[in-house]
Amino acid sequence: MTDISQSAAVPGTAPQRPAATLSARLARWLPRLVMAPSFLVVLIGVYLFIAWTLWISLSSSAMLPRYDFVGLEQYVRLWNTPRWHTAVINLFLFTGLFLGVTIALGLLMAILLDQNIRAEGVLRTVYLYPMALSFIVTGTAWKWVLNPELGVEKVVQSWGWDTFAFDWITRPETAIYCVVIAAVWQSTGFAMAIFLAGLRGIDSSIIKAAQIEGASLPRIYASIIVPLLRPAFLSVIVLLSYISIKSFDLVLALTNAGPGGSTEMPSTFMFAYTFQRNQMGVGAASAIMMLMTVAAIIIPYLYSELREDTHGH
Amino acid sequence: MATKSLARQQMLGRLFIYSALLLLALYYLMPLWVMVTTSLKPLDEIYSGSFIGLPQAITFEAWSKAWSGACIGTECTGLRPYFVNSIMMVVPAVLLSTGLGALNGYVLTKWRFKGANLVFGMMLFGCFLPYQAVILPMAQVLGRLGLSGSIPGLVLVHTVYGICFTSLFFRNYFITIPDELTKAAQIDGAGFFRIFLSIMLPAALPIIVVSCIWQFTQVWNDFLFGVSFTSGSDTPITVALNNIVNVTTGRKQYNVDMASAMIAAIPTLLVYVVAGRYFVRGLTAGAVKG
Repeated sequence: MTDISQSAAVPGTAPQRPAATLSARLARWLPRLVMAPSFLVVLIGVYLFIAWTLWISLSSSAMLPRYDFVGLEQYVRLWNTPRWHTAVINLFLFTGLFLGVTIALGLLMAILLDQNIRAEGVLRTVYLYPMALSFIVTGTAWKWVLNPELGVEKVVQSWGWDTFAFDWITRPETAIYCVVIAAVWQSTGFAMAIFLAGLRGIDSSIIKAAQIEGASLPRIYASIIVPLLRPAFLSVIVLLSYISIKSFDLVLALTNAGPGGSTEMPSTFMFAYTFQRNQMGVGAASAIMMLMTVAAIIIPYLYSELREDTHGH
Repeated sequence: MATKSLARQQMLGRLFIYSALLLLALYYLMPLWVMVTTSLKPLDEIYSGSFIGLPQAITFEAWSKAWSGACIGTECTGLRPYFVNSIMMVVPAVLLSTGLGALNGYVLTKWRFKGANLVFGMMLFGCFLPYQAVILPMAQVLGRLGLSGSIPGLVLVHTVYGICFTSLFFRNYFITIPDELTKAAQIDGAGFFRIFLSIMLPAALPIIVVSCIWQFTQVWNDFLFGVSFTSGSDTPITVALNNIVNVTTGRKQYNVDMASAMIAAIPTLLVYVVAGRYFVRGLTAGAVKG
């Protein structure tokens, strides 16, 4: 990004003749006027609304918004709600597993695809198509696949393995892993695409040189290539964390936060308390907690990305 | 001898790579396969335990029921009206957000003003906003605007939050177009809009496609806004699909569920198959430097 000092050379801000006519002045302001409506709606829709939610979280709002001030009462109530504890624990469990498996599998797929594979295009299309689906569709499909009466469990049993059990989705202790399975299925292609782009950006002469030195291919990958993929790792980690914090549709479609509230996540908690349980204040407090978590991950990331960009120019 | 064993080792390696890739492909295709085959089976066949196999006799009954007969709440209209809702929502939302994003990207790169970086940074954060933090005020505002529970209301919401992404796309694309081009046009007397229409837009075709595809997928697949701001017969298709699937009365009609899921998935799948390259570009744009 160019800094302000350079922008004097840009057409719109070129030095004006002293007697600027009205139309010339209009022309000078035109770019800003064109952008103003967009900026205004973002200012309102993002920043004002965040402030508004913050206010509701500090008020005694229950069924309807009330604009008083009760301090951190709603946050105290939130953190004293066992359901919220479940949601937070699930979020960490889910995020950890989801990130770990998606990154490992995505990296493996990218490395395998990078070996001069025939039909690479077709395979890439197959790995990535779940990204085009709605989480509701993914949830519906996996709910059917994972259902123990007629799904995978039944198939494996019919193949002769009578004692095979895969009823995770019906058991409170394991249902969250089903959400992980479906989420991994949906998102690995995305991790793969970013890793593959990273691999394609690596100079292949490095690999050749290492091979001449006698290093084996797995060693080359472990000690040379993967460390070079650091920026790709950063992007994947940040973007997947963001997906997992806001994941709402998938949980709702797959388990509906059940059985018995065991797959509750902050997003489903927020929705239930705000729109179904008439505890708007608690709902708003949970939304602010989610926002703070996302901001803690995203802002440093955006900052570093933008800074690198400045140095690059 | 040594070269022979090396060649053999290499062949084994290739064999391993291809079988791993093939297995993974099967894993990714399995849910789609199950969805399609289940949707083409009669219900009795499903309950007799045929999960992974081909249908014995293909029937489109479940599809026609999902499209025009399945019950959502008390209304048995199938998904058709909701499909129409989604189209009425997607088309204006995509056009508006892409058009505004193009203008913003143009201003942010070719008519930089003081504070442009800050404006861009603030929009960028909007891409990563957890929408839970804004749905409450948005519901209030939509109510006051008289747009509550309506498709135009959803168009507005999707445009507002879509602008963040589309501005990012166009800004990152236009920055690669040399400033000399616009400066020369300005010396020739071309104005702000003239340069936009006759220089920038024609050059921007690929990113226009990326932006449209991205917005189409995002808006079509959205569930949170749909379920928060609309109800009854005004919901988009994702909400209707979830309602169909969560019907708990009677024998569960898995074939209708799967046909419904396919109907909701087909538009975005089609876009992906036809224009996958552009789709991937939109997907990875968040990972490319802003």
